[in-house]
Amino acid sequence: MLHVKDLHASVNEKDILKGINLDVKAGEVHAIMGPNGSGKSTLAAVIAGKDTFEVSKGELTLNNEDISELDPEERAHKGVFMSFQYPVEIPGVSVTNFIKTAINETRKAKGLKDMPASEMLKFIKEKADLLEIDRKFLSRSLNEGFSGGEKKRNEIFQMAMLEPKLAILDETDSGLDIDALKIVANGVNKLRSKDNAVVVITHYQRLLDYIVPDFVHVLMNGKIVKSGTKELAYELEEKGYDWIKEEINA
Amino acid sequence: MGQTIKLRNMSLKDKLVSSFLAFDDHLEDESPIHDIRSKAIKNFEENGFPTKKEEDWKYTSLKPILKDNYSIFPKGENTVELKDVKQYFLHDIDTFKVVFIDGVYSSFLSETTHDSMDICLISSALKKDKYSASIETYYNKIAGEDSLTSLNTAFAKEGAYINIPKNKEVEKPIEIINFVTGKEEALMAQPRNLIIVGENAHVQIIERHQSLTDNAVLTNSVTEIFVEKRAFIDYYKIQNNNSTASLIDSTFISQEQDSNCCLHTFSLGGKLTRNNLKFSQNGEHCDSTLKGITILKDKQHVDHNTLVEHIAPNCESHQDYKGLYSDKSTGVFNGKVIVEKEAQKTNAFQQNNNILIDDKATVNAKPQLEIFADDVKCSHGCTIGQFDEEALFYLRSRGIAKKEAQALLMYAFANTVLESVKIPSLKRRINRIIAEKIGVSIGFNV
Repeated sequence: MLHVKDLHASVNEKDILKGINLDVKAGEVHAIMGPNGSGKSTLAAVIAGKDTFEVSKGELTLNNEDISELDPEERAHKGVFMSFQYPVEIPGVSVTNFIKTAINETRKAKGLKDMPASEMLKFIKEKADLLEIDRKFLSRSLNEGFSGGEKKRNEIFQMAMLEPKLAILDETDSGLDIDALKIVANGVNKLRSKDNAVVVITHYQRLLDYIVPDFVHVLMNGKIVKSGTKELAYELEEKGYDWIKEEINA
Repeated sequence: MGQTIKLRNMSLKDKLVSSFLAFDDHLEDESPIHDIRSKAIKNFEENGFPTKKEEDWKYTSLKPILKDNYSIFPKGENTVELKDVKQYFLHDIDTFKVVFIDGVYSSFLSETTHDSMDICLISSALKKDKYSASIETYYNKIAGEDSLTSLNTAFAKEGAYINIPKNKEVEKPIEIINFVTGKEEALMAQPRNLIIVGENAHVQIIERHQSLTDNAVLTNSVTEIFVEKRAFIDYYKIQNNNSTASLIDSTFISQEQDSNCCLHTFSLGGKLTRNNLKFSQNGEHCDSTLKGITILKDKQHVDHNTLVEHIAPNCESHQDYKGLYSDKSTGVFNGKVIVEKEAQKTNAFQQNNNILIDDKATVNAKPQLEIFADDVKCSHGCTIGQFDEEALFYLRSRGIAKKEAQALLMYAFANTVLESVKIPSLKRRINRIIAEKIGVSIGFNV
């Protein structure tokens, strides 16, 4: 589904990604771990199409289609979703109105008519129930005054509504207590299918107890330096990243 | 005929000054404000129209709008069809209305009252004996002596007179609307309003100047508002005129102890708009709120000049102006707060945020604080920027196209001003106008 080959990206002429190789197939869950400043969030943003990053080299395809030149909204229309580490507050625009706009904009791009209001309401209710979100929450201004946990839950709610092919969860576990983490992970698990894929970016192995990855990759200094299965995550949790550095240097 | 030709070659100032004598002769001799007018025209004659050399007019030039050959006295008796102007009223709710067409009162479009309060015309208030005490006490008592206000004072003969007695809570909003039909080639209008909100009285007022023509229109409006003890006034100015209409709008507000005045200015159109807003807080525990949303395009220009004078202790003032400028539009925010020595424990806040949508749009912001008391909280903040890239990316990553995403952000940006609009029907109206200006139809949260 997602094919990344020798991807280089920079911001203000500072190289951040220095040749990323990553292949994610439908139905898989990949975890990307690594120390602060290794380029994890940049990788997520580059895949989602943030134009502050300059992609200087490499391939980026989704279902064999080059998406490297597409606008963020075009990538979203093709099924890319990124859950933000720091979702932005939009006062005066309710969660419901925002998600309606996002869905109908995506439908418009596909040449479909707006989703009928009754169908939309039913759909919203179904997904809100899945994430244990109550009605009052949906009429609040998007992310305004939300706690860290509410913001993350709202991100996964949007993911549930938009039904992406490829979901990239950037540090979705940060700011979550264990109960909220379980609800969020449970939501993600219920949304998994053989037709979609999830890339989980995290510092900690904790989230991976709930969203179990098929593969774990270690990102350091702009490169994936080690890949393995979920056991690698436990090893990292226990031993930190220094031993990998030593392994590379050796 | 000779007279007409002569006037045509005159500057607008000379034309105004020489027209005054004829105008004054027409009025009744015993008019109690004859002296006020004479003094005012002298003041205008001495000072003329302000130029960019004056500090307060540094960023706004009147030159381009003074060159038109304005009729100073509208021929009047022009009519408009209700269906043509219905859109400019809050037609989905019941309101009092004081409506003028080319400066002449339209009884057909108005709904005035003398029942337990006066919502009527300044022309009758100036003439009739029963109002003479009120006119004596309030008329031209707080209006400034700057040349434009003086010009209005010299020529003003029509406008709204609103007097709400003690303890009266006005049950529906009052709309003051000035239409210009443009049957004349170019027209100058000088409406004058006097509003008195008695002790503990409550009132909501909406003021609008609307040109119905593509001919040039210059409106020089003056409003005096007296807010007595514990009174509450909620005032909205809708400035959404067409691109050939200019407005100089001077509003003077005097507040007594424990009174509250909240004024919103929506500057959404017009060729050139200058807002002079002057608040004086004369008693303790006054609260003044000045809010504004400015959305401009093309070569439109808006200049917000605000002044809040804190004279008594324990008072508050809040200013929050938001501006969105596209194309080659220009904006000015010149906000001055004076805290007198006696005005201890003053809280005065001023916020002015602007987004420049296009490279060629400009904003000049000049906040000024003059504080003579030592125990006060005062702040001002001013930003001029572009869209927040992270926010834009967030929305686009959800599939919302750039233009719509920008619209949502503009809406969010203006929202802090919009949320304090207390008349739901008006709020919906402003929302619609904003959505239209931004050029999208997104399901906003109202």
